[in-house]
Amino acid sequence: MDVMPKWADVVLVPVISLILAMVISALVILAIGEDPWAALKLMVQGSLGSTYGWGYTLYYATNFVFTGLAVSIAFHASMFNIGGEGQATLGGLGVALVCLAVPWPHWALALPAAMVGGMVFGAAWAAIPAYLAAKRGSHIVITTIMFNFIGAAVLNYMLVNVLRPTGSMDPATAKFPPGTNLPTLHEMLAPFGISFSKSAPANISFLIALLACFLLWLLIWRTRFGFELRAFGKSESGAIYAGIRPTKIIMGSMLISGALAGLMAINTVQGEAERLVLNSVEGAGFIGIAVALMGRSHPLGVLIAAILFGFLYQGGAELALWTTIPRELIVVIQGLVILFTGALDNMVRMPVEKVFLRLRRSNNGAGE
Amino acid sequence: MDFSTLIQILDSTLRLATPLLLACLAGLFSERSGIFDIGLEAKMLVAAFFSAAFAYSTGSVWIGLLAGIAASMVFALIHGVASITFRGNQLISGVALNFLASGMTVLVAQSWFQQGGRTPSLIGGARFEPITLPFADAVRDVPFLGPLYSDLLSGHSILVYVALLAVPATWWVLYRTRFGLRLRAVGENPAAVDTAGVSVIGLRFAAIGIAGLLCGIAGAYLATGLQAGFVKDMTAGRGYIALAALIFAKWRPWYALGACLLFGLLQALSLRTDVVDAIFPFKMPVQLLDSLPYILTVVILAGFVGKAIPPRAGGTPYVKER
Repeated sequence: MDVMPKWADVVLVPVISLILAMVISALVILAIGEDPWAALKLMVQGSLGSTYGWGYTLYYATNFVFTGLAVSIAFHASMFNIGGEGQATLGGLGVALVCLAVPWPHWALALPAAMVGGMVFGAAWAAIPAYLAAKRGSHIVITTIMFNFIGAAVLNYMLVNVLRPTGSMDPATAKFPPGTNLPTLHEMLAPFGISFSKSAPANISFLIALLACFLLWLLIWRTRFGFELRAFGKSESGAIYAGIRPTKIIMGSMLISGALAGLMAINTVQGEAERLVLNSVEGAGFIGIAVALMGRSHPLGVLIAAILFGFLYQGGAELALWTTIPRELIVVIQGLVILFTGALDNMVRMPVEKVFLRLRRSNNGAGE
Repeated sequence: MDFSTLIQILDSTLRLATPLLLACLAGLFSERSGIFDIGLEAKMLVAAFFSAAFAYSTGSVWIGLLAGIAASMVFALIHGVASITFRGNQLISGVALNFLASGMTVLVAQSWFQQGGRTPSLIGGARFEPITLPFADAVRDVPFLGPLYSDLLSGHSILVYVALLAVPATWWVLYRTRFGLRLRAVGENPAAVDTAGVSVIGLRFAAIGIAGLLCGIAGAYLATGLQAGFVKDMTAGRGYIALAALIFAKWRPWYALGACLLFGLLQALSLRTDVVDAIFPFKMPVQLLDSLPYILTVVILAGFVGKAIPPRAGGTPYVKER
């Protein structure tokens, strides 16, 4: 019997967790001698107060939607893919190779090809840990952590020894040809007479992220594979008894997960930097964990959580610019959000359940 | 490569293996009791910062060490509350702590010292100085064994010897004491331990406390022994390498020593590219050397070279009754 109504589980518990994380963050800001209220105002102003701010917020949110969805689908199969960072790194490599391979005439051709490149490379990087988990029983968390580090080394090697243009000291690829440059929100909204900041990096990838949310929702709740995936996630032995093959679920969920993480690169590598640099992922793979936890692994929740984290990222950058609060404040908030919505979930849930239980009892008592 | 170069490399192997070894043993206690700990990195990092900060402020490295251990224990306690008391996901708790440590150290360092998220350089009594073992100078001229003793074994800071001694100590505690037997049992079958009237929660908190202590020493060694001060993210993935070493060692103390020395050697070699180029007939990419610990661990995990079987109850919170 569910103690709580569904809305409390889906909305109330995450919101209380978030408030707890925010309160502690405010105390941290207070402790380092700054005013939390002023900091919050500055963050809101800097990230939501202008189309420039929105452009950055949505740019970051796009990354987090992809990595958040990547973690979510693995969560549904009760797998913890902590390797989004490595998969996104390799996805960047895939996107860069595609963009540099052909002198693309138009972005409309380059984008689908780059998407395939990023997805294939990201999925390939998830495939080995997935295979080892399915066939050899290796722990998926440990192998994906190891693959994050191996992926960083692979990228480092490729940039320093292979892809670096001759004569350049910078470990980065050459600039992509102009035919691969994605339209920004500024260019996309101009025909409709909406003026949007020219210098903000948000681009068409945001729409692809929205589409990915919808497609993933379809996949998880409206297909046979999605049903098998959720059944496997709820009870492995039950799923096997029902004739669901674990290998198919583990490989399938992890390949999709890796592909989604790899897809992030169209936003950062092709959309913003327009070349591949070291550490283009910048921890977005890990933020996917926080986003998936906060969004309760539901695409809509992931989208909302991703925009929230986009706001935190852009707001945090503004804070670092205008106050003495360093950018690392976001990392602290991110850690607190993961701690409260993920690890300390029961701490929030148990008292809330108690309240609902008491309410129900008193209601029943009144009815008798 | 001549003998003195070899001694140099082994010497730096020993120094680089020390934080790995301490963290690895910390993970060993924790995971043997059934609590996964991917927050080794976090505990080392907070310990590194607080040891450096207190050593700088007080001028005493010992106060720094205590502060580092205390900080690490606080993080261990959070992990315990989340994963034992509230039966949360141990992996997620570890991830959260890693972020918390990475951000918090820079935040506090910046507001305390205003040097861009680092502590000032430590000098004099604020650092662990190398100590010379007895007779080290006398036997230096003995061929082969002399340099081995006086250049390789002697001349490290006290924490290096603490780490080495922690290996037999861990073995003794785990395999020769009642506490160790119970600790191992609680990682395999907590219900049996509970039935015998021993507190599962108490044992697991004790294990996590020991892990906090060892990670505290590891972090303090990083900031006050190996280097002179704290810099942002100075653990640089050592917590994960220690985790890899723990799997490589199949959760056993003596194997842990071997694994950490091997991974320490790889780290030492990647600092000496001239030697690497001399050893290998082909051009060995330094990136391959850096990622070898991770690759080896994946191979071990895949069960191609011996099977690494984790403690059976690892990762699952214990529920007394339903």
